[in-house]
Amino acid sequence: MKNGSSHSHHILPPRVYLGVGAALLILTAITVAVSFFNFGPYNLLVAMLIAAGKASLVALFFMHLKYDNKLYMTIFVASVVFLAVFIILTMFDTLRRDDIYDIGAGPIRDRAVMYDSVAVDSTITGADSIEAVSDTTINQSPGQ
Amino acid sequence: MNELPTKSYLNDPKGLKSWLLTLDHKRIGLLYLFSIMAAFALGGIFAMLIRLELLSPGKDFMEADTYNQLFTLHGAIMIFLFIIPSIPAILGNFALPLMIGAKDVAFPRLNLASWYIYILGSAFAVYSMVAGAADTGWTFYTPYSTETTTSVISMTLGAFILGFSSIFTGLNFIVTIHKLRSPGMSWFKMPLFVWGLYATAIIQVLATPVLGITLLLLIIERVAGIGIFDPAMGGDPVLYQHFFWFYSHPAVYIMILPGMGIISELISVFSNKKIFGYKAIAFSSLGIAFVSFLVWGHHMFVSGQSELAAMIFSFLTFFVGIPSGIKVFNWVTTMYRGSISLKTPMLYALSFLFLFTIGGLTGIFLGALSVDVHLHDTYFIVAHFHYVMMGGTVMAFLGGVHYWWPKIWGRMYSELWARISVALIFVGFNVTFFSQFILGSQGMPRRYYNYLDQYQPLHAFSTYGSWILGLGFVIMAVYLVHSLFKGRVAGSNPWGALTFEWTTASPPPHENFATIPETTHGPYDFDKIVPKRTLTED
Repeated sequence: MKNGSSHSHHILPPRVYLGVGAALLILTAITVAVSFFNFGPYNLLVAMLIAAGKASLVALFFMHLKYDNKLYMTIFVASVVFLAVFIILTMFDTLRRDDIYDIGAGPIRDRAVMYDSVAVDSTITGADSIEAVSDTTINQSPGQ
Repeated sequence: MNELPTKSYLNDPKGLKSWLLTLDHKRIGLLYLFSIMAAFALGGIFAMLIRLELLSPGKDFMEADTYNQLFTLHGAIMIFLFIIPSIPAILGNFALPLMIGAKDVAFPRLNLASWYIYILGSAFAVYSMVAGAADTGWTFYTPYSTETTTSVISMTLGAFILGFSSIFTGLNFIVTIHKLRSPGMSWFKMPLFVWGLYATAIIQVLATPVLGITLLLLIIERVAGIGIFDPAMGGDPVLYQHFFWFYSHPAVYIMILPGMGIISELISVFSNKKIFGYKAIAFSSLGIAFVSFLVWGHHMFVSGQSELAAMIFSFLTFFVGIPSGIKVFNWVTTMYRGSISLKTPMLYALSFLFLFTIGGLTGIFLGALSVDVHLHDTYFIVAHFHYVMMGGTVMAFLGGVHYWWPKIWGRMYSELWARISVALIFVGFNVTFFSQFILGSQGMPRRYYNYLDQYQPLHAFSTYGSWILGLGFVIMAVYLVHSLFKGRVAGSNPWGALTFEWTTASPPPHENFATIPETTHGPYDFDKIVPKRTLTED
């Protein structure tokens, strides 16, 4: 590989790695710290922003995206945009489905069927509601 | 007189093993040709049976459940086994390296692997037919697909595996186009078929994984009972439709974009005129690929998605009309004052122009919210997508097959019989499907086994059309096979085209070119160069 192809490896000084490592540790500490504060609806946003920052640092420095052929950066960013398009356009549906109706949709059952066979404490409301729709209960109820 | 070369990729090396383990893109293209044509024949037979059952209301000769299975199999086979791989895997594999002056695709082993994966996926699909064919329709909508007792899992697993074959082909083409163009071939000197394949490959690589994820989620819900799509388990059935169409709408453009590339080649060559608006056609392919990712919700206007989402998707859908219109007008302008020769491939290209325009325009109707509420899930939809997929993609595919046939085999088919076959297919197609536009607008729902007496004349008309269409395909099969043995020897450039594949022998040698050709002119410079034709008029 004497002709200097675009795949030549860029060697970073150790202090860059240590610096990025330190930044990741600090961000982790911040993640823990903010978990003690309640930002209301913005809890998820704050956590995701910090996580996205950490992921960007890893991709840019540890995975060398910053120094590599710009084509890889383009592909990486394009795939993130692509995912964002899917999620955002789907959210236009799922978040606004009850726009013109008074009642919004909720899950019919609180829990997945796979837990049905597991013995559960009957004081849990979910177990009661499942039982209530079974045939025997409905047939017995008029007499009571 | 033309003579066949003594040594070509067809006979050097010899033996079954040399074919099954070949790394030659031309041979892999032929392996795909035979397997995909088998799928097409199977899907076609199912279509004929469906039309026959619909000849009169009520039961004619099959049960309602069988009917449900047949239209599911027809759809799933035609989409996943035939139309998605057809042009890229057969004609793209054969012609792409030849057109850019390369010896092969970038990853020949990956190319062969894609064929074996295709066969594996097809095996799952065939198994599911034997083991109680799915009756969900090719879209596998939840919640029914998680409840039915038919073999949904093996069918979806087949589609999942076929997706990998599609991804491999797309990946291979992207790298090949970036890295293996001959010296001097800049991006804007590439033939437009290559641009079409490039735009297709991007969608294949980006969108197909989403289908894989969707089908896996479906299988997980069925097998493990984890609520993802089923509302009874806390899931959201409309979410399935988002997932499914996020792949399947771009997939529609996987089907049509390479077809549009073929049409660009055919119209320019058979008008003997430089293509009008080369860059506009090339960029409109990329434009269609881009917009295709933003419009999937127009399949879901009456599914219960939010009004806001429906409005956004309807608005975005109209943008598809712009690049499609640019292409159609450029093709028509290319023909203007050209020296048009009405050979079989050109007849297919002209059929494409008529039928695709009807298919595209009815798509605009369906993209309008209020109209869609009336027409949704009627025969209007069935007619619309058959006009786009069969009138568009299949016509382009057949045009491409007839265009490259002499390059693939070195021999010509019978022009007379080919024209008879085009005529039958064009007329049969319109009789079959135009009547379905009227049926749909009168309210005949799709996928129904039975119907009211008032719809019978049009249903019968449509069924008669399917017989004409079938006859056209049978004639085609006969004259194409006949041409392999008795056809006139074509020579290297029977059409007088300017792209690289016509500078080498027909059929080409194993290594494609004796020396790698250099690009000295554009692919459609008919105004500067008079190519030498190796076949004189009859």
